[in-house]
Amino acid sequence: MEPIKVGATSRIVLPRHVKLKHDTVRDRWILLAPERVLNPDETSLEIVRMLDGVCSVGDIVGTLAVKYNAPSEVILVDVIGMLQDLCDKGFLVSAETVATHAGRTS
Amino acid sequence: MNEITKHAPAPAPTSSAACSVPLAAPIAVLAELTHRCPLQCPYCSNPLMLEKANVELKTEDWQRVFTEAAALGVLQVHFSGGEPTLRTDLAALVKHANGLGLYTNLITSGVLLDAKKLAALVDAGLDHVQLSFQDSEAENANRIGHYKGGHEKKVAVAALIRAAGLPLTMNAVVHRQNLDHLAEIIALADKIDASRLEVAHVQYYGWALKNRAALMPTRAQLDRATAMVDAARIRLKGRLVIDYVVPDYYAKRPKKCMDGWGRHFFNVSPAGKVLPCHAAESIDGLKFDSVRERSVEWIWANSEAFNRFRGTDWMPEPCRSCDRRELDFGGCRCQAFALTGSAGNTDPACELSSNHQAMFEAALADAASGEPNYVYRRIGGA
Ligand code: SF4
Ligand code: SF4
Repeated sequence: MEPIKVGATSRIVLPRHVKLKHDTVRDRWILLAPERVLNPDETSLEIVRMLDGVCSVGDIVGTLAVKYNAPSEVILVDVIGMLQDLCDKGFLVSAETVATHAGRTS
Repeated sequence: MNEITKHAPAPAPTSSAACSVPLAAPIAVLAELTHRCPLQCPYCSNPLMLEKANVELKTEDWQRVFTEAAALGVLQVHFSGGEPTLRTDLAALVKHANGLGLYTNLITSGVLLDAKKLAALVDAGLDHVQLSFQDSEAENANRIGHYKGGHEKKVAVAALIRAAGLPLTMNAVVHRQNLDHLAEIIALADKIDASRLEVAHVQYYGWALKNRAALMPTRAQLDRATAMVDAARIRLKGRLVIDYVVPDYYAKRPKKCMDGWGRHFFNVSPAGKVLPCHAAESIDGLKFDSVRERSVEWIWANSEAFNRFRGTDWMPEPCRSCDRRELDFGGCRCQAFALTGSAGNTDPACELSSNHQAMFEAALADAASGEPNYVYRRIGGA
């Protein structure tokens, strides 16, 4: 596994072993990995859902900038920070990495 | 089975409003499908009284357990043992759990896996494999596991696991007789393309307690290992996640064992006994309920073994008035029992326990003993 440096042109996805899942019993969305459960906040969740392996980080920021009518430079910094953190923790990988099922949900 | 460590099987989600309800639902289950295993690791966390094949739950029993567990709120199933791949219905069980939306993790020694079995598990929807290694080099690894050719087999199986597209965690239980190979163990994890490495110091109950003199690391070994893990974490950031379970004996404060007794986790033994942690049977006098007689939901809420040490009401001093009582829940009940004779005592790993000094001295004496020989884990071996 190669380290990822998230930038505007990166395409980030969920690796095969991380599942975005609705936890029906507790009524919330979670990211599941071995030995780990993450409960992303609403903003992170919105971004994670947009990780389809096709859109770049820049594309996602563009969409959010329009939706929230906010400057994309500011959003870009936040989005990169959040994605980099999840990549470092192993919850996200680059789309170029083999054996991924982009956006796999259940 | 050593591969599951008692620190925190599934840490609570970072923001969890759901946890304010009186009895929170469990998050993870460790399904010990069998106690049978081709290996005989001297630190195995299975009980000294191993359950035999003829008492094991049937396929339908396990499927019902997973269905009930999912309904209760469980999110992850760890298929463990013994060696879970000895169960011919493993793929069927994975498929069932996967169909319920559960995260499926296989905890295995790997020595019985091949490409065909792996393909069946992938088809069944297996999410992740955790593969144990006894050392970085074959001779010592095979001596520890008491299984000829095991290490070589594991290296080959790791490649098959990755080729099947499955993500891999490498688990290494470390102790005096392999800790000096830690640099090589970390390098091996990288070489076999693991995305996560668990370096777990032995925890002493059951078989490991029997083998404490042969396993206890020296203080110097421990300090070197900890520094090495810290450095490797920085060096391999974004490439390999390293989880590190520190040994209690040289600690000042205990671990938050199981993330708190009966809070997020339960274990089902091969015969269907439901345990708050996989070592709970080492505690005399605890009464366990079985999935053969009760539903998972009933057991989670009512089983005496769970309620006995749940929360903080059971605590004696110094825990009762300590401001860390909800941070570590008084540490490990099994260790308290093993070393003080009562599971209701403060874990002696805590500096504030009156038994702490004795524990520390026992560690020093065992580490200095130089005992090379193991009592191997097998039926009748204890
Ligand atoms: S003997 Fe070793 S491989 Fe087998 S269950 Fe015990 S620790 Fe795991
Ligand atoms: S006294 Fe009890 S609660 Fe306080 S730190 Fe020690 S084990 Fe934890």
